[in-house]
Amino acid sequence: MKYIDGFRNHLAARSITKDIHKLAAELSLKSLEARIMEVCGSHTMSIARYGIRQILPENVRLISGPGCPVCVTDAAYIDAAISLTERDIHIATFGDMLKVPGSSRTLADARGAGGQVHVCYSPLDAVRLAKENPETEIVFLGIGFETTVPPVISIVKRAMTESLKNISILTAFKLVPPALEALAEDKDVAVNGFLLPAHVSAIIGVDVYRGFVHKYRIPSVIAGFEPLDILLGIKGLLEQLEGSRAELVNQYARVVKKQGNRIALNLIHELLQPADASWRGIGTIPRSGLTLREEFSDFDASKKFSISTEGGEPDMRCRCGDVLRGIIFPDECPLFNKECTPLFPVGPCMVSSEGSCAAYYKYSR
Amino acid sequence: MCLAVPMKVIELKENGTGVCELENIRYDVDLSLIEATKLDDFVIVHAGFAIEKLDVAEANERLKLFIDLAEAYSAEDNG
Ligand code: SF4
Repeated sequence: MKYIDGFRNHLAARSITKDIHKLAAELSLKSLEARIMEVCGSHTMSIARYGIRQILPENVRLISGPGCPVCVTDAAYIDAAISLTERDIHIATFGDMLKVPGSSRTLADARGAGGQVHVCYSPLDAVRLAKENPETEIVFLGIGFETTVPPVISIVKRAMTESLKNISILTAFKLVPPALEALAEDKDVAVNGFLLPAHVSAIIGVDVYRGFVHKYRIPSVIAGFEPLDILLGIKGLLEQLEGSRAELVNQYARVVKKQGNRIALNLIHELLQPADASWRGIGTIPRSGLTLREEFSDFDASKKFSISTEGGEPDMRCRCGDVLRGIIFPDECPLFNKECTPLFPVGPCMVSSEGSCAAYYKYSR
Repeated sequence: MCLAVPMKVIELKENGTGVCELENIRYDVDLSLIEATKLDDFVIVHAGFAIEKLDVAEANERLKLFIDLAEAYSAEDNG
């Protein structure tokens, strides 16, 4: 297990932490604060789990960005999925989606009321379901970032090969680079370093970020999910801030290649096209989503069943939008650990273990 | 949703799938999104699909850096 344990060596962690404190002290002499955003739910989870926030100097702040796909899924999307269960259509989904609040209910509620909701580990489980139940319409909930998109749209390829007509995808895919731009443009966010996602980058590669880093001059490091990866990433960002540089560095070269994963990218281009997407709590970001191309509309659940995934009325008291943009920390939300807990989440950030509020709840209290 | 740790490929099947192992647990994994997988490769698995291979040379180099850092740290600490 050297590819796991070796990346959790605590003496190496102390050594890097020491360097981080030295760099932070230099920044502090210049009255500088590092405000580093991790844009990936798995980073958020790792940072909370290994207590990384607690060992950092005061002037190094880690902010969780909108990198949990469940957290940025609109209430209207959940409403649409629930409405499908009321038409005897079966929903197949990753388990995280069950407790996400829609406008008034969750998919778990819909299931309690007799709706058919199947939890899948892989999108191919949904293909199997469709094959075994030819009379039943199966809709897979297509949420996720670039990492999840290729596995999900493999459903279309598989369904075409096996001539399955009873399976489709309700797409709400999201793309990371346009979200980075929106965050960099947002005056309230004020982040001066990005810890870029590991496995999203495994798909899209290193080079796609170059224009962004050049345009906004924000230090950016692609980092893996192990604690030493994250610490090295933070150290690299502090070095850049200290030297007033803004570069793109790939600290996760053992997985992330310059050009990304060609096969996965080709599949995305073949089946999908960019579209505006609505991010819960943040709003619409131009061309930050993907929908199925016209030729594949038989597999597009929103067209097949004429449903809209727009509108929706989430609980307005939830401040996920501010949490996801780093404007407040989860415990600054008045509902945190009161009305809103992982067992009874009010907002989506408390649902998935990758959500900022849930990670905070579990490890940081 | 994302099992962030690399798994070892222990069996290749004809239909572009394989069996991977992590801590003695075996998983069926679709290998259609990566190129030329061989036995004993390490792969990153997400939602039942291998999404990229681990570059073992790169990984080993990193591990060496961490071992060096750890050694230097304990030498300093004890000295
Ligand atoms: S604590 Fe709950 S209600 Fe508050 S922002 Fe987080 S998810 Fe939303």
